[in-house]
Amino acid sequence: MYATSYHRASSVGEAVNLRSSQEEGRYISGGMTLIATMKQRLAAPSNLIDLRHIGELKGISVEGRAVRIGAATPHADVAGSAALRAVCPAICNLAGMIGDPHVRHMGTIGGSVANNDPAADYPSAVLALNATVITDRREIAADDFFVGMFETALEEAEMITAIRFEAPERAGYAKFANPASRYALTGVFVAKFTSGVRVAVTGAGANGVFRVPEMEAALAASWSPESVAGVSVDPGMLMSDMHATSEYRANLVRVMAKRAVQAS
Amino acid sequence: MGMEGIGARVARKEDKRFLTGKGRYTDDMIVPGMKFAYFVRSPHAHARITGIDVSAAKAMPGVIDVLDGKQLQADGIGNLICGWMIHSKDGSPMKMGAWRPLAVDTVRYVGDAVAIVVADTAAEARDAAEAVVVDYDELPAVTTSLAALGEGAPQIHPEAPGNLIFDWQIGDGAATDAAIASAAHVTEIEIHNNRLSPNPMEPRATLGIYDSAEDHFTCYTTSQNPHVARLVMSAFYNVAPENKLRVIAPDVGGGFGSKIYIYPEEIVCLWASKKTGVPVKWTSDRTEAFLTDAHGRDHVSKVKMAFDKDHRIIGLKVDTIANLGAYMSLFSSAVPTYLYATLLSGQYAIPAIHANVRTVYTNTVPVDAYRGAGRPEATYLLERTMETAARELGISPAELRRKNFIRSFPYQTPVIMNYDAGDYEASLSAAMQAADWDGFPARRAQSEARGKKRGIGMSCYIEACGIAPSQAVGSLGAGVGLWESAEVRVNAVGTIEVLTGSHSHGQGHETTFAQLVADRLGVPIASVNIVHGDTDKVQMGMGTYGSRSGAVGMSAIVKALDKVEMKAKKIAAHLMEADESDIVIENGELKVAGTDKSLPWFQVALAAYTAHNLPAGMEPGLKEGAFYDPSNFTFPAGCYIAEVEVDPETGKTEILQFVAADDFGNIINPLIVEGQVHGGLAQGIGQALLEEVRYDEATGQILTASYMDYAMPRADDLPSFTLSHQNTPCPGNPLGIKGCGEAGAIGSPPALINAITDAIGINDLTMPATPLKVWSALQGSSMRMAAE
Repeated sequence: MYATSYHRASSVGEAVNLRSSQEEGRYISGGMTLIATMKQRLAAPSNLIDLRHIGELKGISVEGRAVRIGAATPHADVAGSAALRAVCPAICNLAGMIGDPHVRHMGTIGGSVANNDPAADYPSAVLALNATVITDRREIAADDFFVGMFETALEEAEMITAIRFEAPERAGYAKFANPASRYALTGVFVAKFTSGVRVAVTGAGANGVFRVPEMEAALAASWSPESVAGVSVDPGMLMSDMHATSEYRANLVRVMAKRAVQAS
Repeated sequence: MGMEGIGARVARKEDKRFLTGKGRYTDDMIVPGMKFAYFVRSPHAHARITGIDVSAAKAMPGVIDVLDGKQLQADGIGNLICGWMIHSKDGSPMKMGAWRPLAVDTVRYVGDAVAIVVADTAAEARDAAEAVVVDYDELPAVTTSLAALGEGAPQIHPEAPGNLIFDWQIGDGAATDAAIASAAHVTEIEIHNNRLSPNPMEPRATLGIYDSAEDHFTCYTTSQNPHVARLVMSAFYNVAPENKLRVIAPDVGGGFGSKIYIYPEEIVCLWASKKTGVPVKWTSDRTEAFLTDAHGRDHVSKVKMAFDKDHRIIGLKVDTIANLGAYMSLFSSAVPTYLYATLLSGQYAIPAIHANVRTVYTNTVPVDAYRGAGRPEATYLLERTMETAARELGISPAELRRKNFIRSFPYQTPVIMNYDAGDYEASLSAAMQAADWDGFPARRAQSEARGKKRGIGMSCYIEACGIAPSQAVGSLGAGVGLWESAEVRVNAVGTIEVLTGSHSHGQGHETTFAQLVADRLGVPIASVNIVHGDTDKVQMGMGTYGSRSGAVGMSAIVKALDKVEMKAKKIAAHLMEADESDIVIENGELKVAGTDKSLPWFQVALAAYTAHNLPAGMEPGLKEGAFYDPSNFTFPAGCYIAEVEVDPETGKTEILQFVAADDFGNIINPLIVEGQVHGGLAQGIGQALLEEVRYDEATGQILTASYMDYAMPRADDLPSFTLSHQNTPCPGNPLGIKGCGEAGAIGSPPALINAITDAIGINDLTMPATPLKVWSALQGSSMRMAAE
């Protein structure tokens, strides 16, 4: 790691000011990606602005079926929230599958969503749940938020403050883990709303998280594992690497979609 | 046996230290004035060095010096060596290219050390290393053994034309060919043994300290054999004479073979300490460990196994190519030859065997011994072939093995080894019973009903441990003898120190060796200390590898204890006015048999040191040493059974049960032996299902240099193991023990692959059997079925 200056912000405003005023500044939340990257000297921000001590960024609120998760809420809190589990167990299950206990107590939903790692779990939930990404300056619909691999609609110094969504009628997440990293080799989140069905895939897309309209239509017609079993995804739009070919990922999208529906 | 003697399940004495973070590892060592090193390493797999500019680096904050290979060479520091001479079948010696501790003109793998930076802090050293400008002319690289032997492959060392190091053979080629020609059935198979990274929990580290007043060096290092390190650094690398070089391997957090060897970093840090006048410490990070710790395995073999009409094996022919990486590491030549091909008879009576082994340079990390070292490669080859043959012949795998088991001992194989004892049927029967082999068809039907594919597979392994008779290995090319030494030092009040040349880096010697003393003398293990790992404290020793510390190291302790006992009995007989032959040692007392006369152990020890009343002419003191040279290898053997369920939708394998039935001879501490088996199985399962070092073939860049891409087994990848022990005591050593450190890693990979191939009905599957590979195999077969 190169030398860096650490700043601890105590409010959103202070954090945004610090981030704007410091050269080569980066927000850091759980640091589960950033710290590892910095240790390998692949990232070298001169200034780190720590968001984990900002009270207003933390916590989960559930009012009726309206859910709001503060950006600095660690995965373990999401996995363990009884109130959230009562309305949307799928996102709790997803959070419980991220990394290991150490990661789940450090890593945060805001950090994961802002980083938009193509193999991270949360982006699939945010997209499938039709969530709204709330930042320090605006609200962004999930469909507009994820732009590409590690790319989002966030502007320079813009900070996620919370994720908001309406709990679906039913939802499920199924993940096939990379044997080495345990990131999603393919993860599929399915959510059924009165208004329709949304299916989002992580870990597989060559351009990051994506929706599968054919599966959404099939599940809207009939919410059953068999509905998606026949829907295939074009391997041409999927990643291929030493852990999984695009053909294998295409198969996993179908299988994980089926299992996500089963789990819902 | 007593509560703490041989055979007792004693919890490890050393665990309190390890589990509470009180272990003292090399990186924990802090000495006055100590500075930190960082190595400049090659980013290229193969390149000429055209220039090194250290001026900017030297001007960086905190930098003490930056040193390169030319300076090292000018100071007369020698090249690294391979300590086992192999001759090709044409009689020519192996063709060893120069391995300079710091590369001078050519780099040959990504990670090859080029220069060392010494600075006040590790971070400053690393910053300055980035400012060292090395000019490279890139050369084409080659990473696989097959490609390296190919026409027009990049030439890696001028000494080894065509990258061929040696072309060696063992056994009777003509007899084997004749057997194959006359066979009723010949099974042919190609076997790949995947390249592995050893991944000990503690990365390598070293601290070099030069004392100019005494002209003396001290080397703290993560070594499995500090005396061998001192010997090699003195005799070959010209670091310092042995009496001016102390090597200390304190607590070491695992080795699995990778810490046997002397690496460039130890030599360079010692030299740099003299050059700079400050103690120099280097600690590897995990990426460097992937880049520079010696890898294991990487064999490609073609096999022919010939059977007569009664399914008896009449011949085995093996053609192996072994990838040794960019340089020949310390024991690299012995692993694919005498530690591999000599085990190709397995548990079977095979009248004719011939193996040809070619070893090859590539632009990859050097390959050397890794847990099992040659024996896993032999076992995997043989047991995959046996399984394939059973399928082709249409008989059960157990029946084929039973038909061919060696059943009388001693048994001379056609490939050097003379098996001294064993009962292969006993382990096979125990394993099949524990696995409920006969109930498998019903379980398979249950899985099928759930849409899963269930399979079962076995592996009957044998290994040669207790390495090794010195004269025998010397005649085969070894540069050292492989005896072990011990000294038993009884203190004046009866507590005991045992100095051993074995080295414990996770094996539990501090407990098991103390149990041996407790068993012999009836003293509590708390009063016995095991001293190891320091060339200034311990007489010469050969270290720990090849499951040798029990069979060889403890045998040396037995010999020293014999001498201590004899002297103690003489003293006791003198003090109690009895005949020496009537003295027995029981429960910490020396007694006159058949009487109520006795002396406590401590009183006899005290008498030896006060020397007020000793037998006429006896020297004071109670301290004896011994060297033990084994008369033969030992031959642990056993049968492993894996039962798996494959998810055809994803290709993922779940291990439903894993049964290990091992014959390790007599067992000192079952708890520790079970731990060794568990650890070995975890590594074997890792090789079979998860682990593989991968290179980009075009650039020679390593693709699996972190845990993001190199799949280490985790607890949830492993089932609960079902273990049992059979026992045919080893007749060759006084304790009747064979060794248990490597068996798990040796026997398990073929059992798993046999089970998975049984489950999916496709025999052609290479390790690691990842979900991707298994799913792809299933797709291939369904496509073939559709086409038919």
